[in-house]
Amino acid sequence: MSDIGIDRPRSDLALPVGGDVKDFVALLKPRVMSLVIFTALVGMVAAPGGIHPLLGGIALLSIAVGAGASGALNMWYDADIDAQMARTAARPIPRGKVTPSEALCFGTILSVLSVLCLGLLVNWVAGALLALTIAFYIFVYTMWLKRRTSQNIVIGGAAGAFPPMVGWAAVTGSVSLESILLFAIIFMWTPPHFWALSLYRARDYERVGVPMLPVVAGLVETRRQILIYSVLLLPIGMSPWFIGLGGIAYLVTSSVLGAYFLWLAVDVYRIKDDDTDADARAKRLFLFSIFYLFALFAVLLLEHSALRLIGWLA
Amino acid sequence: MTSEQDKTASSDNDAREVERIALQRKRSIAIAVCLGLLVVLFYVATLVKMGGDIAEKAGS
Repeated sequence: MSDIGIDRPRSDLALPVGGDVKDFVALLKPRVMSLVIFTALVGMVAAPGGIHPLLGGIALLSIAVGAGASGALNMWYDADIDAQMARTAARPIPRGKVTPSEALCFGTILSVLSVLCLGLLVNWVAGALLALTIAFYIFVYTMWLKRRTSQNIVIGGAAGAFPPMVGWAAVTGSVSLESILLFAIIFMWTPPHFWALSLYRARDYERVGVPMLPVVAGLVETRRQILIYSVLLLPIGMSPWFIGLGGIAYLVTSSVLGAYFLWLAVDVYRIKDDDTDADARAKRLFLFSIFYLFALFAVLLLEHSALRLIGWLA
Repeated sequence: MTSEQDKTASSDNDAREVERIALQRKRSIAIAVCLGLLVVLFYVATLVKMGGDIAEKAGS
């Protein structure tokens, strides 16, 4: 009989020491949270009317915490596949720093608190939209679509597109065409962004059985879909100018960057399976897509901030 | 298991227990700070939403 069981140091059998505060912060997906804060801020600044700075800060904080809570719940549900993927293996649950039940409690409590804070202290339209965002991300994307269909991020991408709409609603108490367009930009941007990433991470997704488009439909079809969504993204990205939400700087930025986005998508579309630089070209599109979204929203933010400043000075 | 190994394992367990308690304390402090901030946030936000002249409004 092996003596492994007898001679194993007892410390191996001891309970894990548990997570540090920074492990719980990591559960909130801080990088995703920063993009959510930024797009929500743009929604708030671009919205007509105003909001008390403190209430505006509370709205942003609630939206950020709500987004973070969704991240924690996502990590709880996906802990099994996170452990097997290189990109996610260092997350707190796979490393054993936080138990799944701790992540579930943490995410649930923060979700409820963020919606209550936004609803009670700002307005209930924004609160309801935040609740919808969290529910959509967890129930529709994470639990229902992610492991079932290659269209997971097309439909699930709506969850990431809600924050500017929530920010807009925090100021106006309503949903309007302008906020729907901000939603549409992120919604249409999400598929080419994620599929560019999945082109060079396809093996990871295949190993854990997540039916990302390259795994299910192949690389050629994924490149074709990226091109289709990039073509659609160009006019949608420019659309805020057509309804007066964006100014001339926005028009120039969205057309130039949109055209370059499309050019990169065409470049990815023309990749041949035996091209040695295929991953590098897909990665270039992925990285540029992040810059594209950031730049569009940054220009909107600058334009509306300048308009407000001129209004105050006049 | 030898008595030497028993001692090593026992001191390992003690160290882990001390580390666990320290982390638990840090988490408790973080939760307390967050709850305190939440109370302050609700108090100040309520004042902002009620607006000025609270005494006047109460009298009318």
